This record gives sequence, structure tokens and C-alpha cells, in this order.
Amino acid sequence: MCLGVPGRIDKIWQGDGVRMAAVDFGGVRKEVCLEFLPDIEVGDYTIVHVGFALTKLDEKSALETLELMRSVGLLDEEFGLVADPNEGLR
Amino acid sequence: MKYLDEFGDPAIARALLDDIARIVTKPWAIMEICGGQTHTIIRNGIDQLLPGGIELIHGPGCPVCVTPLETIDRAMAIAALPGVIFASFGDMIRVPGSSVDLFQIKASGGDVRIVYSPLDAVRIAQANPDKQVVFFGIGFETTAPANAMTVQLAKQLGLRNFSLLASHVLVPPAITAILDSPRRRVQGFLAAGHVCTVMGMGEYLPLVEKYHVPIVVTGFEPLDVLQGIRMVLVQLESGRAELENAYPRAVSAEGNLAAQAVVRDVFTVCDRAWRGISVIPDSGWRVADKYAEFDAELRFDVSDIKATESPLCHSGEVLQGFLKPNQCPAFGQECTPRKPLGAPMVSSEGACAAYYHFRRIQTPATA
Ligand code: SF4
Repeated sequence: MCLGVPGRIDKIWQGDGVRMAAVDFGGVRKEVCLEFLPDIEVGDYTIVHVGFALTKLDEKSALETLELMRSVGLLDEEFGLVADPNEGLR
Repeated sequence: MKYLDEFGDPAIARALLDDIARIVTKPWAIMEICGGQTHTIIRNGIDQLLPGGIELIHGPGCPVCVTPLETIDRAMAIAALPGVIFASFGDMIRVPGSSVDLFQIKASGGDVRIVYSPLDAVRIAQANPDKQVVFFGIGFETTAPANAMTVQLAKQLGLRNFSLLASHVLVPPAITAILDSPRRRVQGFLAAGHVCTVMGMGEYLPLVEKYHVPIVVTGFEPLDVLQGIRMVLVQLESGRAELENAYPRAVSAEGNLAAQAVVRDVFTVCDRAWRGISVIPDSGWRVADKYAEFDAELRFDVSDIKATESPLCHSGEVLQGFLKPNQCPAFGQECTPRKPLGAPMVSSEGACAAYYHFRRIQTPATA
């Protein structure tokens, strides 16, 4: 839960008074809140923590980090895609 | 060197390690604060790749692990109430309370739901106007803005059925407590990058100056951790104590001002009991009085709960770096991720879980 994961902003909209985006994390797509990065735009990369974009990141760093996280299984862990003791709750 | 392949760029890892070997002339003890860094260190065997005499002490940077037992027990009591939907990050589900965990509450009929984002909890409240929805808001400064946003949003949406059980912890007061401890061994710190992404670096300057201790902000990827260690060692070997940034791609000096503003609006600084450690003054955030109607501790009468910790669990000593996880007598015996006695064995940032998953089963020769 504590990790920040880099992703690419695909789409931005206004939902219930907050700025939201669809963010692509190397194939996994999630809705992310952009309230803390008012100036970020479609195509930018950002570090996302518990569904909130925290800072902009350059594309190269973002892709390297994503690949590293994928290779050690951290992406699945962060997005709850692995079988674990919480199984059955998801 | 089987681990080097897993560094992203083995050549850079090799160069950093060679450089570290070249500059080190005496033993040093460095604490990494962030639980993500602890996992990287153990997964990639960074502690074993460093020259002998360089010790990495694992700090209290697992938010799940330091959430006070009283708060966990209050969470259980609220989650078990009829008419309540209790929303939590997945990491909290298996954390043992005095007698049960959230998973068992769920199994015996409690409506416990795992959310990925705190905003999901607000949506659950919108969709279930006849239920009280409580979100368990834990975490360090990185997570606090997201949790704080739920309260602002609930107010904006006029929700009367949403509240936050907030138990936030702050890094700089924890570093202060570690530096003030009579058992202090730590000579330099790796500060947690994403905490500084939000808060910036300003809070660490007074610590560097007062205690003459090097603090280097870095990320949790293997090369970031190695680079951070190298920068701390360069300072230690030259007798310098400065605040440096090894993670400029994600951390700026001032941090994220919009996130800080939301936190300042919703939370107030408070004393906080860190599980297994003690009360650290001014080390937490609670819901500010002006948002009292969204404070779960006030909405539900759970204040007189008495907590009892497992007598076998040494998590307090592990979290302060006095014991390595595999030096706890219960490690891998009475305590495993399937049957955890303490939070550090279940959380994805916990040091005991890191040692268990990456097979540091035997007790190390040097303590
Ligand atoms: S191994 Fe288990 S019992 Fe020992 S300190 Fe860690 S969590 Fe507690």
C-alpha cells in the first residue's frame, strides 16, 4: 500500500468535483485523482500513491521503474492482483 | 553475484558497490526509514553486497506496523457493528489486534471492504446512504493527503454517513526519537523519498544540524538505495553531516504544496503511540476539530478499549532497529505470515515479512 507506482495519464475528466484521470501502469489501468497536480496533462507520467498522483516524472525514469517493479512482482502486489492471505476478500 | 542481475542496470550497481568499497575505511551503521527500502535491501541482498562492517538498521517505516494496537482494536470494534461498512487498505486486513483481525471480523459477518484508493471509500458511502461508512486512514505523510481528501470531499458532497478513523504517523519526530535514544547506534539515515515528494526536505535540515547526522533522501529501487548508501558513507567518511537528495526525479525541496494544503486543512498534529515503541510527542496527525463530524473516534464510542500485545512479539525492538527480525525467538516458529503474532510479519512493508519471504531464516553471525 505504501509504494508509489509510475504511470501514464491517458484521459482526464471532472468527477464529483475532483479532477480524475485514467492512468496506464504498463497495461493495468486505474482511476487516479489529480487534485494534487493541477497542471498535469494527458501524456504526462506521474507517480501514483493509493490512487493519487503525487508528482510528475520523466518518461524514461517512469518506464524503467515500471519494468523493475513488474520484474520483481511489485506491480501485482500493489494492485492486489496476487493470491495472498486476503484471498476471498477481493 | 546472483543478485546483481536484478538491479535494473547491473553495471551501475557494480560501479556503485566498487566505489563504496573504495571509500569505506571503518564500520558504520545506517538506518533506512522506509519499509519499501527495507524490502529492496533484503530482496536484492544489498546488506550482503556491502563491505563487512557496514550495517543497515531497519527503521520504523512500515505504517501498518506502527499503527497503535488500541487503534486496531477500535477498528475491529467499529467494523463489527451492524449497519457499518468498514473500508481499509488491504495491508491492514491480517494485522492482528488483541484478539482478532479484520479478516475474522469479516468472516463472522462484518462488512469489511478492501479499497485501493481512499476515494473508493467515499464512493461506497455515496452508494450506501443507509449505512455508516468508515475508512481506516493510516500511513505516513505520503498517504495523509489522500486520506485527508476523503474528508474534504465528504463535506463538499454533504455526506452524513462517512467518517475517517485516522492514525497518521510522521517521519521527522520518529527520527528525533531514534537520535535521542540512549541506545542509539545509527550514524546516518536514508530518508523516505515519497514522504519527501509530499512534504519536501525542509523538515530534515534542523535534524542534520542539531544532531550532526547525514540524511540522504532516496527512493526504494535498488539503485536508488545503493546511491543513497554511497552518499551517506561519503559524508560519514569525510566527517560531514548534510541533507542531500539522491532522488531528485521525484523529490523537490518544497514538496507538493497542494497536498500539504489539504493535510493542513483537515489534520492537526498530535502525540501518537507507535505500536511496540512508545508515545512520540507531536508525531501524528488526527482529524482537526473543525471536521469533528467526520472523525470516526468521535462518531463511535470506542475510546475505552484496552489492548493487550502478544508477549512473544518483539516488534518494538525490531521497529527501532535493536533486533533483526530473525533474532526474534518467535520468527518463523510461532510467527509466520499465515499466523502472524505482530504486524511486521503481515504488512507488505514489514521487516519480519521481508526476512521471511526472502529466506533470511537463520540468525546472522554478527548482531
Ligand atoms: S517475527 Fe513475529 S513475533 Fe517476532 S517481532 Fe516479528 S512480528 Fe513480532
